[in-house]
Amino acid sequence: MSTRLFGEPVRRREDPRLLTGQGRYLDDLGRDALAAAFVRSPHASARIRDVDVAPALDVEGLVAVYTWEDLPERIGRPLPLLIPHPALTHGRTAHPLARDVVRHVGEPVVMVVASDRYAAEDACALIEVDYEPLTPVVGLERAVRGDALVHDDVPGNVGAHLVQEVPGADGRGAAEAIEAAPHTLAFRLHIERSASTPLEGRGVHARWDGRDLRVHSSTQTSTSVRMAVAAALGLPLPNVEVIAPDVGGGFGVKIVHPWPEEILVPWAAMTLGREVKWTEDRREHFIASAHERGQIQDVRVGFDDDGRVLGLDVTILHDHGAYTPYGIIVPIVTSTQLLGPYKIGAYRVEFSSVYTNTLQVTPYRGAGRPQGVFCMERTMDKIARHLGKDRAEVRAANLIGPDEFPYDQGMTFQDGRPLVYDSGDYPRMLRMLKELIGWDDHVGRPGLGIGLGCYVEGTGVGPYEGGHVQVTSDGRVHVSTGLTSQGQGHETAFAQIAASELGVPIERVSVVTGDTRRFGYAVGTFASRAAVMSGNAIALACRKVREKALRIAADALEADPADLEIVEGEVRVVGAPGPAVPLSTVAVLANPLRYAFDEETAKATQFSGAAPPDRPPVAEGDEPGLEGRDYYSPVRSTFAAGMHAAVVETDPDTAEIRVLRYAVVHDCGRLINPMIVEGQIHGGVAQGIGGALYERMVYDEHGQLVNASFMDFLMPYATEIPRVETAHLETPSPLNPLGIKGAGEAGVIPVSAVIASAVEDAEGFPIDRMPLSPSELYHLRLRHAGQEPGGD
Amino acid sequence: MKPPPFEYHAPRDLDEALRILAGVRGKVLAGGQSLIPMLNMRLAAPAHLVDITRVASLDALERTREGVRVGAAVTHARAEREGGHPLLTRALRLVAHPVIRNRGTVVGSLVHADPAAELPAVLAVLGGSVRLARWDGARGQVRDVPAHEFFVGPMESAAGPDELAVSAFFPALDERTGHAFHEVARRHGDYALAGVCAVVTLGEDGGVAAARVACVGVGPAPVVADLTGAGAGDWALAAAALSRRVEPEDDIHATAAYRRHLVAVLAERALKEAAGLAERASKEAAGGA
Repeated sequence: MSTRLFGEPVRRREDPRLLTGQGRYLDDLGRDALAAAFVRSPHASARIRDVDVAPALDVEGLVAVYTWEDLPERIGRPLPLLIPHPALTHGRTAHPLARDVVRHVGEPVVMVVASDRYAAEDACALIEVDYEPLTPVVGLERAVRGDALVHDDVPGNVGAHLVQEVPGADGRGAAEAIEAAPHTLAFRLHIERSASTPLEGRGVHARWDGRDLRVHSSTQTSTSVRMAVAAALGLPLPNVEVIAPDVGGGFGVKIVHPWPEEILVPWAAMTLGREVKWTEDRREHFIASAHERGQIQDVRVGFDDDGRVLGLDVTILHDHGAYTPYGIIVPIVTSTQLLGPYKIGAYRVEFSSVYTNTLQVTPYRGAGRPQGVFCMERTMDKIARHLGKDRAEVRAANLIGPDEFPYDQGMTFQDGRPLVYDSGDYPRMLRMLKELIGWDDHVGRPGLGIGLGCYVEGTGVGPYEGGHVQVTSDGRVHVSTGLTSQGQGHETAFAQIAASELGVPIERVSVVTGDTRRFGYAVGTFASRAAVMSGNAIALACRKVREKALRIAADALEADPADLEIVEGEVRVVGAPGPAVPLSTVAVLANPLRYAFDEETAKATQFSGAAPPDRPPVAEGDEPGLEGRDYYSPVRSTFAAGMHAAVVETDPDTAEIRVLRYAVVHDCGRLINPMIVEGQIHGGVAQGIGGALYERMVYDEHGQLVNASFMDFLMPYATEIPRVETAHLETPSPLNPLGIKGAGEAGVIPVSAVIASAVEDAEGFPIDRMPLSPSELYHLRLRHAGQEPGGD
Repeated sequence: MKPPPFEYHAPRDLDEALRILAGVRGKVLAGGQSLIPMLNMRLAAPAHLVDITRVASLDALERTREGVRVGAAVTHARAEREGGHPLLTRALRLVAHPVIRNRGTVVGSLVHADPAAELPAVLAVLGGSVRLARWDGARGQVRDVPAHEFFVGPMESAAGPDELAVSAFFPALDERTGHAFHEVARRHGDYALAGVCAVVTLGEDGGVAAARVACVGVGPAPVVADLTGAGAGDWALAAAALSRRVEPEDDIHATAAYRRHLVAVLAERALKEAAGLAERASKEAAGGA
């Protein structure tokens, strides 16, 4: 394979279009569409006594008003529970419009369709819903008390309970191993809620022509939305197409599907015979999409004099909000990825995933890993502190060695497969990080701290993705894959793979993603899987095309295919500058024609003499056209890894926290495009710093989200993000043809742990709760100076 | 996030604007940086919006020896660029971000009267004023309201429903005067958790002739204090005393206790810096004489 483009920092080809306002996002579509808007619950928990739509009926431009009672049976059913799990004994999902009860602020109750969004919102404001407020369940402590219930039929508010236990090498369980250990520690950790908050919210546009339904959705999975919509509406799959247009970020929230609006908007379009569009606004996004992160962890650890962990017992309380459409993926990922790059003697992890009257919790970039890494890395720091040892040294004592791969952690990962690490070199990575940040030369002082954190990330989960590659008679290469893009740079990375595999200039390659008209089989873009899954599938499809091209060109050149290569879009004999056949001609020859349209296609017509008259124009077992389709389906996930370090300064008077340096060593196997990987890391670190120092979802005791705007939900600006220094390590994955691992979530995962580590170093007291604001740091100082009472 | 229906007025001259405001219950639209989000979130639903950005006479920015008069249509960005008032310029750089400063107006910020905003504190510490105009049935009438009467409470100014704030006057700093504005915001450009604006003037003998501060974010309106004699020249002591006088509240971003603590820290920093600058100004004045 040519490596000319694979591995090069090719500039993102989508950027000129996206940065100059030429992108076409959901709200750019359907200028003439009717607009939908929703009356949403102002209560966290209430029974709906009555809905009076009459006051809205005079609004000019009003077209339709729907409550749950107006929905046909198959539309009004609860939304699907996407990922069932035996431990999720009490999974519950919402109805598209609330049926009798609302369980969080923002739950849709009435759908209004009007001539435009202004009129639709005017009508919403006039509709009167009579609620009987119930006692809301807010906060994990309240939820587990079980004295008020989110769902009447879910006792104790517990949706799922799962225990996983891996005995140590000596067969002892975690409790026993901790008991017998020379040193033990026990502590409690808190992580607040945050959310994906992409720049573009969700949105759906639907058009029905009497037979076919075309849906645009700002989604991370168009193929799956298509199946969900077809099922809900009772339409044959071929009559439904779903397209993800340009999508302004997803970060996990848009993998959830079908959203109520993804069912209701197409249904309204069919019912009304008109185009209908709904564009989520920012307040809706805060209160009616999904959040993540919130957990409380109780940790017990036993270790020896070198800091080696002999036993670890973690009990996790996970707040999944009011519904569980995405199952218990987040706490499963926390439980399993908590182990990071370490060999833990005996491990027991137990989680309870509980209901609260708050917005549902589904994966957000990192998907449970930031919580797990926070737990493990806080543990490592506490061990070092307890033993008076260097924090990096304690980590080094626990790392899996480079010759121990594949390394089986003995657990079941989120893909239902064994948690087996495929490759890596963690000790080397730690040495690289220490060098990059200058760990050994750092001179600390009060107010200046250094910290570090390590993680392993399972990426590229199955089940599969596919790729289709077609060379047309103009020599252009058209690549399509079913998964979607939300700004990752797929147009560039996938084009690099295709150009490298086929030996064509990248300018001739175009890439289409997320359009079910072009590629119908796909899973979606999440879990750092797009490059691994579609990248490999596209490479395999290219290899099929290449083989066919060489076979056809071999005939024309009267040469052995094994002696041929493709260079700059031409097939020629290896090393011989003699006659060459351009791929455009090969494409023409691959498709025998009756009719000519231009000089090129004339070469493939019946009197051109190109084909031997004694054989069928398309040989048995062959297909017309120079194209190929293939799929990649891995046996299990591939495991990327990274280690981060930061230097922070804390103001002795104002308690402001400033990140002075941030260093990342990252291993995602072979790099397709280092510039794109670094961009992913930068963005991830920025989101991580948001989670560490700024972002939280503040629910009051009534279940009102009091900071549901960018005024009060503090997403960091560029001014809050330090320059990120990066270094790459490449340990190719043995699991896939390209040797790559995922990178999409990497940057965000350890940041809270790293910042906590550094602030702890600067302040000299433990940091067990994130995010950390200056106000909170000020009070921690008072508490540790004995000037203020402590306790959680 | 679409506003309810309203009638939009775009008067071309001041009298027309005042007549409209006298005739309807409307809201004045200038830069719209606070009003438009409130409309979109349906937190405000005025039946009439009176857009004053086309009223040419409100575009004036006058600099005299006495001070700077800023017209109601003058944006933050323009005042920052052309205002020539060192404390105003410094404070404007703490106001939000360039894109907001490109549209938001100085007078609009004063009328909005957010207790965490910087500009009300600047007007208050300088003892400036806001000029209000209204239509009396025959012609426009103006009155000047001093800062200490203008900021009535959180998001509440002395401007009546039929009155238009046409300009604000920021008095020039005296000779031998230094100023400073220190604040702590969660993110760059956010409303401050607490902030202190200080102006210190030295006498010819080098002693403190005047020291005034205005605090933001720790009361219903800018908290102004005259610290001329306070602390006997010990700024830390004066700042600590000041912090006991403010009445901050808890919110989701910071506790009241932390805000009170910040007032002490920031007032000391601001006073020390202002005094240092005043000393330098005194030396320059003496050297130049």
